Amino acid sequence: MDFALTPEQTSFRDEVRSWLAKNLPKDWSNRMRVGSDVPRPEVYDFLRTWQRKMYEAGFMGLTWPKDYGGRGLTFMEEMILQEQIALAKAPPVLNILAIGMAGPTIIAYGTEEQKRRYPAKMLSCEEIWCQGYSEPNSGSDLASLQTRAEKVGDHYVVNGQKVWTSIAQQADWMMLLARTDGTAEKHKGITYFLLDMHSPGVAVKPLKQLTGDDEFNEVYFDNVKVPEANILGGLNNGWAVGMTTLMYERLALGFGLQVRLRIALDGLVDLAKRTKKNGAPATQDPNVRQKLAQMWIDTEVFKYTGARAITKLLKGELPGPEASAGKMMWVEGHQRLQELAMELQGPYSQLGRGSRWAVDSGVWQYSYLRSRANSIEGGTTEIQKNIIGERVLGLPKG
Amino acid sequence: MNFGFNEEQDLLRSTARKFLDNECASETVRKLMDGPEGMTPDLWKKIAEQGWTGLIFPDEHGGMGLGFVDLVVLMEEMGRSVLPGPFFSTVLLGGLAIREAGTDTQKKSWLPRISSGEARATLAWMEPSAELGARGITLQAAAKGTGFTLDGTKLFVHDAHTADVIVVAARTSSGQNPPAGGQNPPAGGQDPEDGVSLFLVPKGTPGMSVTLLPTMDQTRKLCEVELKNVVLGAEALMGQAGSGWVPLARVIDRATVALCAEMCGGAQKVLEMTVEYAKIRQAFGRPIGSYQGVKHKAADMLVDVENSKSITYYAAWAMDEGVPEGQLAVSMAKAYVSDAYRRVSGAGIQLHGGIGFTWEHDLHLYFKRAKGSEFTFGDATWHRERVAQLVNL
Ligand SMILES: Cc1cc2nc3c(=O)[nH]c(=O)nc-3n(C[C@H](O)[C@H](O)[C@H](O)COP(=O)(O)OP(=O)(O)OC[C@H]3O[C@@H](n4cnc5c(N)ncnc54)[C@H](O)[C@@H]3O)c2cc1C
Repeated sequence: MDFALTPEQTSFRDEVRSWLAKNLPKDWSNRMRVGSDVPRPEVYDFLRTWQRKMYEAGFMGLTWPKDYGGRGLTFMEEMILQEQIALAKAPPVLNILAIGMAGPTIIAYGTEEQKRRYPAKMLSCEEIWCQGYSEPNSGSDLASLQTRAEKVGDHYVVNGQKVWTSIAQQADWMMLLARTDGTAEKHKGITYFLLDMHSPGVAVKPLKQLTGDDEFNEVYFDNVKVPEANILGGLNNGWAVGMTTLMYERLALGFGLQVRLRIALDGLVDLAKRTKKNGAPATQDPNVRQKLAQMWIDTEVFKYTGARAITKLLKGELPGPEASAGKMMWVEGHQRLQELAMELQGPYSQLGRGSRWAVDSGVWQYSYLRSRANSIEGGTTEIQKNIIGERVLGLPKG
Repeated sequence: MNFGFNEEQDLLRSTARKFLDNECASETVRKLMDGPEGMTPDLWKKIAEQGWTGLIFPDEHGGMGLGFVDLVVLMEEMGRSVLPGPFFSTVLLGGLAIREAGTDTQKKSWLPRISSGEARATLAWMEPSAELGARGITLQAAAKGTGFTLDGTKLFVHDAHTADVIVVAARTSSGQNPPAGGQNPPAGGQDPEDGVSLFLVPKGTPGMSVTLLPTMDQTRKLCEVELKNVVLGAEALMGQAGSGWVPLARVIDRATVALCAEMCGGAQKVLEMTVEYAKIRQAFGRPIGSYQGVKHKAADMLVDVENSKSITYYAAWAMDEGVPEGQLAVSMAKAYVSDAYRRVSGAGIQLHGGIGFTWEHDLHLYFKRAKGSEFTFGDATWHRERVAQLVNL
């Protein structure tokens, strides 16, 4: 057991650190934080430019093979990078669905042609990806999905509908799960497609979330043609491929989320120091101190549980169902953190953006509301607990 | 970076598991906890033969010279078996205090005997005030000739009734130096950390009386130690008069990490017992583990157990490396694990139903150990406050 960095890792850390110090856009968070008044498209442009810059500096896709646009490093370097990103409070990665899910899945299951075609453009943010899994009648029970893909000549024709598709309005590509065999058992007739969102017949309709933002969408497919070459991992093998994606999602979340949690916690501590309670900074209130300390502990615990998972990965083991535990912990911690931010603001928590009295221009109100989605997106907490119960602990299915 | 155990540590774990399964199964634990000593000479001898009593002591004193990451493995296994007896007090309290604060002569005279299992030791630091900080140490040690006279009462002393030597924390002065800004900002400009001295008091020293106290967790024996006009020579003093708090705090931090590891092992065992039971116990025609009310609780237990291990391993590593954030690591671990073990052992009883509430079932051993451990070396609330201070909230 050793948490010390090797000389190479130390120099990598220093490289990241000094690059960030030089290139981090000044004061970006106040201007660009989601929930601020800046229109979404402008935020997306800003994030796209930032990711491109990270890519050009060689800081995207560290663990991806060099042949496919990555740097061929280990998760250790990825963790070092993420830690520095957290310390510098750098902007999040825009193309996160591509980098956290689509890319690793293509690298794991793709043909040589697919591996050369897609991943590099994900890293550079030239092509944005979205995830077309959920449908109006299939969420937790994903395998019941109805969107159909029928073979016609050398391509497939897709009809149906997806829903809750995040950033579909920005996306160039979709990871699409569609039914290719209606007669097979439900898990066995699904295929994973790489779908060009600019294809004729794709219609994206933004949906307003409870935050007021339209971050997710409905996506309709009306006779959309997809070349056969865009099948990933084989016909009717989509369930296995798609589940790999989800494991990567939860793992990527594990990395990225620890960082986001740390940044949010630092913001919370700062808020607490600025907030007055009974005439003194709220950080002097014993009850607030207890809650903040617990948040601090949970954030660190999350980091070390993640480090244990990375150690396993470095030994060559695949991300397993344990990733569900990480996702669940993060959700619980982050939602509690946002609740605490509201508690600190007391009556001021009622005021949103636009009011001159709103705390930090109302960004906390946004992040508080947004945090409610955490226990739903990427598989609900109930589903994560089923996975842990059945696949880690071996309890019988209900 | 590598956050896993090495081969020797894995081997230590499997050896310890096998030994404890054979030598300290539940029937044995129950016999031991019923007796006043919590141990038999035979089992103690076998434990010592494993080298465990000397695990963390230097080779030169007959130990194995291993670190806390190694120790954590052993403690997890001991917690898994709710091993009763004076291992913890001898090695992690008395023995460690001698290692940290003793003079060369004291180390030479006690550590080899502790390592070999010949001698048992403990540490008497808390008093009826139950205060954890330096302020809690009020037992008077008055200078007398070249020696000292000790007067006062120590409480919550582990295994004092079977110890061959007790390290007693006493006050030789009320603290003259200006406050160093430690854990408890002192009142009246006096630093309570200054003026604490540690003494070695052998069994049978005139004026010292030990009373065994009934405990909720019978696997843990706690005592009251009364010192009335106990006259000690200068050779009883450990290190310098007045500067005993720093080594004492180091000992307590380290013992806390070991305790956390023991708690992790216990929690892991409760999880395993519960999952096994949930697979076989039927209700309404199917295993209870197939009901989400049960399954989801088990998932929560797993998260508690895994997180407890992560933060404990980190704290152990921090002790071995002597990193600056060591105290923070200890407090994060104790805060987290105290809550987690209580939750896990409580959920274990709940998911077993009526059988979980019987004396016959082992769950109560873990549940009681969890509660006792929660309040040993500071509970979650106390450690959260220490975290708050250490991160400058
Ligand atoms: C902000 C946001 C962004 C999203 N982005 C995407 C995206 O980009 N792409 C995409 O494909 N999807 C996305 N989703 C969809 C998300 O994955 C689903 O909402 C989620 O899987 C739950 O499905 P559902 O909404 O159909 O709820 P349901 O499956 O109908 O669940 C309703 C409730 O029942 C519970 N439940 C269901 N089954 C069980 C069971 N077996 N045991 C116990 N409880 C159960 C659930 O936990 C939940 O509480 C997003 C969702 C949100 C909120």
